[in-house]
Order: sequence, then C-alpha cells, then structure tokens
Amino acid sequence: MIAIGVVLLIAGIIIAAMGGGDAHHAEGHGEAAAAGHEAASWLKRLYVNLWLNNVYFTGIALVGVFFIAVQYVAYAGWSVLIKRIPEALGYYLPIGGAVMLIVFLLGGHDIFHWTHDYLYDLNDERYDPIIAGKAPYLNFWFFLIRMIAYFVLWILFFNWLRRNSLNEDLNGGTSYYHKSIRISAMFLVVFGVTSSTSAWDWVLSIDTHWFSTMFGWYVFASWWVSGLAAITLTVIILKQNGYLKMVNANHLHDLGKFVFAFSIFWTYIWFSQFMLIWYANIPEESIYFIERLGGNGGHFKWIFFTNLIVNFAFPFLVLMTRDAKRQMIMLKIVTIAILIGHWLDFYLMMMPGTMRTDATIGFIEIGTTLIFLGVFLLTFTKGLAKASLVPVNHPFLEESVHHHV
Amino acid sequence: MTKKFVLGIYDDEDVLLQAIENVRAAGTKIYEVFSPYPIHGIDDVLGIKRSRLPIVAFFCGLFGTSFALWMQIWMLGFDWPMIIGGKPHIALPAFIPVTFELTVLCAAFGMVITFFIVTKLKPSFKVNVFDKRSTDDKFVMAIEVTEGVTDMNALNDLLRSNGAIEVNEKEVIK
Repeated sequence: MIAIGVVLLIAGIIIAAMGGGDAHHAEGHGEAAAAGHEAASWLKRLYVNLWLNNVYFTGIALVGVFFIAVQYVAYAGWSVLIKRIPEALGYYLPIGGAVMLIVFLLGGHDIFHWTHDYLYDLNDERYDPIIAGKAPYLNFWFFLIRMIAYFVLWILFFNWLRRNSLNEDLNGGTSYYHKSIRISAMFLVVFGVTSSTSAWDWVLSIDTHWFSTMFGWYVFASWWVSGLAAITLTVIILKQNGYLKMVNANHLHDLGKFVFAFSIFWTYIWFSQFMLIWYANIPEESIYFIERLGGNGGHFKWIFFTNLIVNFAFPFLVLMTRDAKRQMIMLKIVTIAILIGHWLDFYLMMMPGTMRTDATIGFIEIGTTLIFLGVFLLTFTKGLAKASLVPVNHPFLEESVHHHV
Repeated sequence: MTKKFVLGIYDDEDVLLQAIENVRAAGTKIYEVFSPYPIHGIDDVLGIKRSRLPIVAFFCGLFGTSFALWMQIWMLGFDWPMIIGGKPHIALPAFIPVTFELTVLCAAFGMVITFFIVTKLKPSFKVNVFDKRSTDDKFVMAIEVTEGVTDMNALNDLLRSNGAIEVNEKEVIK
C-alpha cells in the first residue's frame, strides 16, 4: 500500500509530453497568426493563459489543504481513508506560487490594466480617477507583497499539516491529531481572509473599474467545487486501478453529496451576484455582464450559458438520485464535466477583461492547459507516492473503514 | 382481537444483527424490531426496502417549480401586467427566488404529508410498547405467533441459541 500512484504518474508524464508537443505547435501557430497582426498579441494571449491556468490549478491545490482543515475541525471520521488525496493536492502550491510571481512580473501589464503608471499621473491625459482612487490597495508593491504572503502562509500551513500527518504514520498516538486540529483552525482563519483577497487580486482586479462584494465567494465556490471534483475523480481512478480497496460506495456517496451540494452552492453564489446587478441595472456594475452577454458582439454568450448548463443543470440533474452518487461511472462523468466547466468559468472571468473579442480557445489555450495539467498531475502523483495512501495511525481510521450511510 | 407475540430480548446490537439474519434464514418471519436508537445496517438485515419518499419529493418539487413559474408568468405577464424597475413583464431572473422557495416548500410539505398518510400517523395513533426496556438499553425482536405455530419451544430455542438473554410471550390487543 506504500509508495503508489505509478499508473497515474505515467499518465501524467504522457499528458505533459503531449502538452509540450501541443504548445510548440501552438506557439508556431500563434506566431504565424501574429505575423499579420501585432507581435505582442500572441505573447499577451500566452500570459493570460498562463495566468488563467495557474489561478485555476493553484485554487485546486489550495482547496486540498482547505478540505483537510475542514475535516479536522469538524472531527470528521468518514474522510480519513481518502485524506491523503487532498493532502497531496497541496504539493502544487510552491510551483503555483513561482509561476504566479514570474507571470505577474513579466506579463503584468498585459493582464492587469491597473499596473500602468500613466493611470495615476495627473498630468497624463490617460489619468483615471477611479483607478487612482484604488491605488492604496492596487499598487505594484502591495500586490506583490500580498501575493508572496498568500503563498508563504498557504505553503507554511500545508507543510505543517502534512508533516504532522506523516509523523502520525510513523509514531502513532493522538497528539498529532489534536495538534492538527489547532493548525487547521488557524489555517481556516487565514484561508477565510486570503481566499477572498486573492480572488480580488488575481481575478477581480482584471476588470479594474468593476467591483462586486460577492466576488471572493464566487471564486472560492468555483475553486471549492473544482477541488472536490478533482478529489472525487482521483479517488475513483485510484480505486479502479486497484488502490484504496477499503473505499466503498459509502465514501463515494459522501463525496458525491459534496460535489452535488457545492455545484448548487456555486449556482447560488452565481445567481446572487447576477440578480442584484441585473435588478439594480447600474451601468458601472452591469457592464460586467454586458461584456459577457450581448456586449463584445455576443462573443462570450455561448460560454456564459454553457457555464450554467455544465456547472449547474448537468450535475444537479444527474447527481440527484442516491444511486447516481454511489456509482463510479456517473461520478466520473460529472466530475470531469465540472472540472472542464469551471475552467470555462475562470476563462469567462478573465478573458473579456483582457483579450476582449480576440479571445478564442485554440492551440495555445489547450496547450497551456495540458502543460499545467501535466505538471499538476506530476507533482500531485509524486506527492501521493511519498506516503502510504491510508493514514495508518489516524485515530478515526477504524470509523472511516466502517463508514455507512 | 388479541395477537400473541414472542419477544426476544437482546442486549447487544451486533448479536441482534446476527440473530436477525439467523432467524430469517430459519424461515421465521420477524414482525418488528425495537431499538432505543437507529442501528446502522438494520434495514438491509431485516430486508426492508428502500423508501420511495424521494420520488414523491421529486414530483412535489417539480410541481412547485412549474406552479411558481406559471403563477408569476400569468399574474405579472397576462393578468395584471405592470412595469417594475423598467424590466419586461416576464422577467425570468426576478422569478427565480420565488420559484426556488416554492419548490422547496412543496417538496418538503409533500414529503411530510405523504409520510403521515402512508404511515397512518394521526393524533389517535397508538403504539404498542412490547417491552418498556426497548426505550432504554435493550433491543426487542417481536415475532408474531400465527395460528399454525404450535411448537413454542422451538421458537424459544431459536431465539436463545442466537443470543437472546430473555424470551417472553405477550398478548397485545389490536
């Protein structure tokens, strides 16, 4: 049972290799297209894609840590058998941090309108009083410090929890468990603040003029449900490859309920944000949805509705029955749909503010996504292989084995 | 009319689950099992079929959704059209909260009412408590003695050999 995940590891390498091939192809394609266009546009497109994928995968990694923390604080017993999977998700965080930093430093101007200095210059004709008013929060150095702080805190707590969990495997006893609960409680406070602020920083500030008080929740909901889908999908794949033998339909049922409930939660947040803006119809607020619906020549309209169908209607109707939540095939289809759907959701959050009508889904998009997926799977499976898939000395292990719903 | 029951008293839930399996395997029909708290897995052992209440809930919810949408569209679109906030008469996003609430309300009430009707639960409902200890720390397995059964000792042995700490007989007025 120790040191596994080889099957997934190979799959990850293959996908990474394929991703690499695709991206080379994609860059060639991009350059060819850019020849007639301006040279910077494909670079911008690449930066935006790197940013999009990195935010998406960092979110999933972060949700892994969040999931563990929630389970500890709730004294949950059922999830002990699958605990190592969300735990291993967190291994992507350092890479996510590094990529985030590099992309921001190199491509910040392409992604974030507010990074341009002339917006704050009273003598410049492009001076923007609204953005200048946000300068105390949205300025280069504070943004950078915040970004580093988020990752330092997240990685710190991830390592702390992980170390405790691994020491528990070696030494046993309940002291690690009690300590983990305290660490988790602290992490949840940190997460509560940073998940919102990071969403403002990394996603909301792309549309600099616009604001929404729901936005932190919205991005969190999207991350959370994608993370849950990733955990569920991994559990199923591992089980189908002969690992995690003690995981049965009862554990899947609980994971299925999580995925089902939080796709509804995401929709709830989505609608809460949409309806108030739609009803009040204040131009500075409704511009966000205009850009995504009729505006930009209706460029994003199909994604707007696909987003709702894939992320709400589909999981809601398919996972409604008890039997569907207990069957691997149903869960597999739904979780894959949700993972793609929420990638599209982030696409819809970022593209209208950056690429405008130039946004497409072509080789660069698919290529970068595959590279990120490959790297993510590689770190994830390596993390999984580092320890036993079952936390052998967890005090609630017995309860989890006999879990029954 | 009185009915006669044989009661097997158990003091351990695992022994009880095993006993239920053995008694049923021996071909004896169990009338009911009483327990102070819900026991995981007892439904499967007793062969109780899954509740069909979720199906009722689904259709009640569907009714709620369609009723709410129809009501709002008809009222605000046709019966008494008004312009509210410069929106179209039939402004779907504004109808969603009411639709959601009515869906939940209909599904919940539909389920509760169906449950009361199916279980015949009403104010005059009387429960026969076979053994008061089943509300405290004992588990009681009740087997109805039908007219054909004459060999009470065999039944007694069956229960005792499967871990019953006591076997009683009781007549209940139905």
